[in-house]
Amino acid sequence: MKNTSEEYQLQVRGLEVGFNNKKNFTQILNGVSFNVQKGETLCIVGESGCGKSLTSLSIMGLLPESGGIRSGEIRFEGQDLTNQSMKEMSKIRGNEISMIFQEPMTSLNPVHTVGKQIAEAVRIHRNVTKKEAYERVVEMFELVGIPSPRERVHNYPHEMSGGMRQRVMIAMALACNPKLLIADEPTTALDVTIQAQILDLLNELKADLDMSIVMITHDLGVVSEMGDQVLVMYAGEVIEYTDSRSLFDNPKHPYTQGLIESIPKLQGKTEELPVIKGSVPNPDEMPSGCRFSTRCAFAKQECFVQSPEEVGTEDHPVRCWMYSGEWQKMTPFEGGESNDNSSSEAVDRQPIRD
Amino acid sequence: MEQSQNLSVQKPKAQNPRLRMLKTMLERLLQNKLAVFGGVVTFLLIFTAIFAPWLAPHDPTEQNYSAVLQAPSIEYWFGTDNLGRDIFSRVIYGAQVSLQAGLISVGIALIIGVPVGLISGYYRGFIDEYIIMRMTDAMLSIPALVLALALAAVLGAGLTNAMIAIGLVLTPNFVRLIRGEVLAHREKEYVEAGKASGISDFSIILKHILPNTIAPIMVQATLAIAAAIIVEASLSYLGLGTQPPNPSWGSMLATGQGYLDSAPWIALFPGALIFITVISINLFGDGIRDMLDPKMK
Repeated sequence: MKNTSEEYQLQVRGLEVGFNNKKNFTQILNGVSFNVQKGETLCIVGESGCGKSLTSLSIMGLLPESGGIRSGEIRFEGQDLTNQSMKEMSKIRGNEISMIFQEPMTSLNPVHTVGKQIAEAVRIHRNVTKKEAYERVVEMFELVGIPSPRERVHNYPHEMSGGMRQRVMIAMALACNPKLLIADEPTTALDVTIQAQILDLLNELKADLDMSIVMITHDLGVVSEMGDQVLVMYAGEVIEYTDSRSLFDNPKHPYTQGLIESIPKLQGKTEELPVIKGSVPNPDEMPSGCRFSTRCAFAKQECFVQSPEEVGTEDHPVRCWMYSGEWQKMTPFEGGESNDNSSSEAVDRQPIRD
Repeated sequence: MEQSQNLSVQKPKAQNPRLRMLKTMLERLLQNKLAVFGGVVTFLLIFTAIFAPWLAPHDPTEQNYSAVLQAPSIEYWFGTDNLGRDIFSRVIYGAQVSLQAGLISVGIALIIGVPVGLISGYYRGFIDEYIIMRMTDAMLSIPALVLALALAAVLGAGLTNAMIAIGLVLTPNFVRLIRGEVLAHREKEYVEAGKASGISDFSIILKHILPNTIAPIMVQATLAIAAAIIVEASLSYLGLGTQPPNPSWGSMLATGQGYLDSAPWIALFPGALIFITVISINLFGDGIRDMLDPKMK
């Protein structure tokens, strides 16, 4: 917003992605837009099924066959990735944009040694001999903190622990010095101490290698550790987008507020953690108004009918009627209009902010 | 000097990973007594087939009218048939035919089945769903022997044609098996991770998916060899396989049928060998499956 487009490593504009099933098109992502500056970490937060992973797969050009990008653009260094051919994309994948997956247990092929797999990835993008590729692997293993790398390259995936395998995955993703790393919940499958190590490692490597990171997570702890910018997604829409400091200090959207409220606090005595009741609506049964309206404690009648625009400041846009001029004029919700269970449950909830 | 000694202490850990894997697999195979038995008998048969000219005491096609329908004796260990041919020698040469039929027809099935299964499973789509799969369904709906019989009859009698017919009949099993494996593996995260690092479809199929399907392919192949031996024996028995005077276990059974009361040894020995061969190969195949399955410890 403040910068010109050349300064962005990645620019996503109005991305609409969905799936073709039989005859109709089910839209999942609804106008997702964000920017990633060089050397910056963007965290995409949201609960399961909100479209985080679909966003990352769209960037990589790895959508499943039934999925497709309907409109919008994904600009990587000014070049639109949505209309690249398969061949051009596979030159970019692994070379300029890399990805780390959630499950280090299954992301490595069990029949090959880890060294062989990474060396293969290196040799696709770099014109090097097998020996040089292995040297690069050893170098990468050292970089990501795998002890005795020269021996470890000959290990099979099942001979390594989960944390080690995730380090291997990171080594594989970074072997070709990518400019952008997409990490899809890289720490979810790991235990907490290993999580912290992996996040520290990613932060270090980001600074050393001068790359940008798109971090996909449902864990706000990861956001506070990693994020420069934070994108909060709900049901395929961006509902709040700001830097991580303002997100924690001043969360605007009721959903974001709910997420932050539901983190256990260290101080004070909490009897019961507040929860956001219900779950993300099914893509085929999206509410016609605000997509969060069925779970929102503050929803007014208009919220169920009309979808809010993006409002708020340029640095902190939020998709909620509360921050538009009309909020005061809107009719409070009495619970009569919708008999939806989840909405009446949501009304029971205490407002979380005054 | 001291450093090199330190390194050599760590050596066993850093040895060739493939060798290390092979060693644990072999250990696992040797623990399975039945598989060891099957393997030993199978290798004995292969040995017999290869060295048949040196092992056979007589020419298998030589007719000796002064020694027709003789019971087993020191001269003729397994007796002689209605034309005075030595059954022991014919059984030894018959091993050549049976093993050839087993290996070559399964080879044909693999050469066609593996690529078709890989491509069909990986790319899916119309051709996979409506042409390849329905064709395999159609072929699998006809009993293997009947189909092989029809194909062999069309191609003409003879061992080569019988092997081609058996190979074609076995192919749909491999297509289905491999397609199923590919369908399971193409959704695995390591395939996605491979794509994410820019590996081409061709390399993913060949270097990542195929090695993961080797274990079931090997098991299916050993079992198919046993099946192919039976089908070849059946075709020869019916006169569509090996042509006389060349010895084959199936055609020997056919000859022996007429003499079951007077000279049971003509049918007994080739029949017993078909039985032993098939059961040994099956036991060995089971052993290989257990050996390749890392969950079996």
